[in-house]
Amino acid sequence: MSSDSFFDEMWGTSQTLRDPYATFHQWFDAEDPARLRAKQREAEDLFRLTGITFNVYGRAEAEERLIPFDIIPRILSGNEWYKLSRGIEQRVRAINAFLHDIYHKQEIVKAGRLPAEMIARNEAFLPHMIGVEPPGGVYTHIVGIDVVRTGPGEFFVLEDNARTPSGVSYMLENRETMLQMFPELFSRNRVQPVQNYPTNLRRSLAACAPSGTKDAPVVAVLTPGIYNSAYFEHAFLADQMGVELVEGGDLRVVDGRVAMRTTRGYTPIDVLYRRVDDDFLDPLNFNPDSQLGVAGIMDVYRAGGITIANAPGTGIADDKAIYSYMPDIVEFYTGEQPLLPNVPTWRCSDADDLAYVREHLAELVVKEVHGSGGYGMLVGPAASKREIADFAKKLDAKPSNYIAQPTLSLSTVPTFTAKGLSPRHVDLRPFVLVNPDGIQITPGGLTRVALKKGSLVVNSSQGGGTKDTWVLED
Amino acid sequence: MLGKTANGLFWLFRYLERAENTARLIETGQRIALTRLGDSAAEWRSVLQSAGVWPAFEAARGEVTKEAAINWLLRDRGNSSSVYSCICAARQNARLVRTALTGDMWEAINSAYMNAQENLSRQVAERDLPGCLRTLRQNTSLVRGMTHGTMLRGERYDFARLGTFLERADNTARILDVKYYVLLPTARAVGSALDNVQWETILRSVAARGGFRMEYGADSGPREITHFLILDQRLPRSLAFCAAQLQENLRSLNAGNAHPSEPMRKLDYLNRKYLAHEVEAIFDYGLHEYITEIIGLLAEIANEIEREYRFYE
Repeated sequence: MSSDSFFDEMWGTSQTLRDPYATFHQWFDAEDPARLRAKQREAEDLFRLTGITFNVYGRAEAEERLIPFDIIPRILSGNEWYKLSRGIEQRVRAINAFLHDIYHKQEIVKAGRLPAEMIARNEAFLPHMIGVEPPGGVYTHIVGIDVVRTGPGEFFVLEDNARTPSGVSYMLENRETMLQMFPELFSRNRVQPVQNYPTNLRRSLAACAPSGTKDAPVVAVLTPGIYNSAYFEHAFLADQMGVELVEGGDLRVVDGRVAMRTTRGYTPIDVLYRRVDDDFLDPLNFNPDSQLGVAGIMDVYRAGGITIANAPGTGIADDKAIYSYMPDIVEFYTGEQPLLPNVPTWRCSDADDLAYVREHLAELVVKEVHGSGGYGMLVGPAASKREIADFAKKLDAKPSNYIAQPTLSLSTVPTFTAKGLSPRHVDLRPFVLVNPDGIQITPGGLTRVALKKGSLVVNSSQGGGTKDTWVLED
Repeated sequence: MLGKTANGLFWLFRYLERAENTARLIETGQRIALTRLGDSAAEWRSVLQSAGVWPAFEAARGEVTKEAAINWLLRDRGNSSSVYSCICAARQNARLVRTALTGDMWEAINSAYMNAQENLSRQVAERDLPGCLRTLRQNTSLVRGMTHGTMLRGERYDFARLGTFLERADNTARILDVKYYVLLPTARAVGSALDNVQWETILRSVAARGGFRMEYGADSGPREITHFLILDQRLPRSLAFCAAQLQENLRSLNAGNAHPSEPMRKLDYLNRKYLAHEVEAIFDYGLHEYITEIIGLLAEIANEIEREYRFYE
């Protein structure tokens, strides 16, 4: 496929400059490419100095990598964003209603809109959560909805991240870096701010404190520790919110509360923003070998003594097999047609779907139901015959472990390369905060860009980079 | 604040101080070696002893040469107290307590680490050594400056300072411990050329040569040096100065409590027994015993701080 057949967010499909990029283009044209190249290097130095790095799993401690940053912003108009954000809001509302239903009456199953085995046999379903009422009724306090685009008005949800979505620190640091390097661009364009995110996050979390909480709720961020790939982000968010960053070793249950060991004794925590997976959260209730969690936290949680954000068991909502039912889920709980469509999805657990997928492996993207990070997936058009044959064997061994989607013509955004601006494929992860008073979406989000020419894989673990994402005031 | 954070801040600043002190010991050792007045191997051995790494060096490297000693002190990862190891450990602690640092402090620490990575990943040629050590000193000074200029005065600051001054007191005491024999009153009043070099070495090791000349005059000898390094409240590396700083920060941490904390009791004891007398009393007591006991007490104070403020479970 030639890149001409893709929708470019700056040039459309017919080399006509699109409105959101008009001011930017004017500026760019007048810029000296040598200065921009220097700025690109300066950006990297800034990231390294600030320490915005991620650890690569399985590497030595010293191995800290930068996620490549591209200095060309991705620009959305206020109107485009308005439509997109309404769709996201609707979807997140539905996800929370779905989770409540799944862990209570399971009306959606009774209504025949979701097969019972999708829940019963799902590894992400957490029986400990049955009948539990999370404080404020919120399950997913922080959500990242991955969106791709194929045309001017065509946005699709590629993935819902309802467990512990990461990347928001990059959204914030990308903007910070752009503000330092190109202040003049922000004078000429009216870009909606993202910097309130940490304050909003803290307020939103505090608003979800258990009902008996007096005074200002004590919020803390729980990290697996310094060797976790996203440790930088955990420290960054705790720092920006002005709350403690704790590890399992700092916590214990004291008098029916989860408390952190301070220099003056144990202090109870009201809201724990955990960046530790369900399985490691509580060695008494889940994985007994876990050193990352707190023994007994689930019992405190069920007794209403702490808010865990996101709630345990939310993984059932972002499971890739459930994903294919999302249009039904949205309709069932909101009574509205979904504003944002899904990418068409074949469930390999279904015999007809499996047969189709087997026939068309070379055209499809096949993903593991519980996979993430771009690992364990097949991108048919980019794979060799051998890779396809190998993948077919894995697929046959456990079909229910996979879903398949058409290879989408992801939109491109101009990206700064050695040859000047070149189109590269992108996706978008907007970040959503949920509390009892409503849903807040930060304008923009994290744009990930596949830096390799023609590549459709944007994951940082697979050579992807990031861009600052602008939503203009219309 | 978390006990773990207090621990991280304490050690972050201990490691930074240790990196800087070791860098200064290397500078002093190199200087002595160049003057060719002493026995080079013996001098490097005493530098390694002052840095507290002699047994490990002897086990790992054996023969003392200038190159081996400098390499061990400066950049060997097998030596957990080498300058490079200390900078790495400081930065690791900084990552751990990132939320307790200001952005300026973090960037200063991180750039010290990046410079160390660049400068110390390969053997440092003799002609590059002075520049390399200067950069290290400037980098650690920048961290100190950022700490001084941007950190809230409170618990966090207190733990940072406790780490700094415990390490510094320990370092000064170790230098005295290794060189005590050249300071004994039995040495001639007007020293030989060798004595003078030794005395200068001690003063250089604690960055106090200029101050000493200014305050004590040209004819001063071991008695004055001993007084300067132990009892003079004006010298920022003297034991008395460090003890006063420790007292201030321990008091501030204990504010609101009716009774002194355990580390405060220990420090009071150290002050009363060892730092409240004239220098003659120290010589009467026996300089070597005196210093050995102080080193032991400093370690006990560190342990008490660790316990009192719940550094570990």
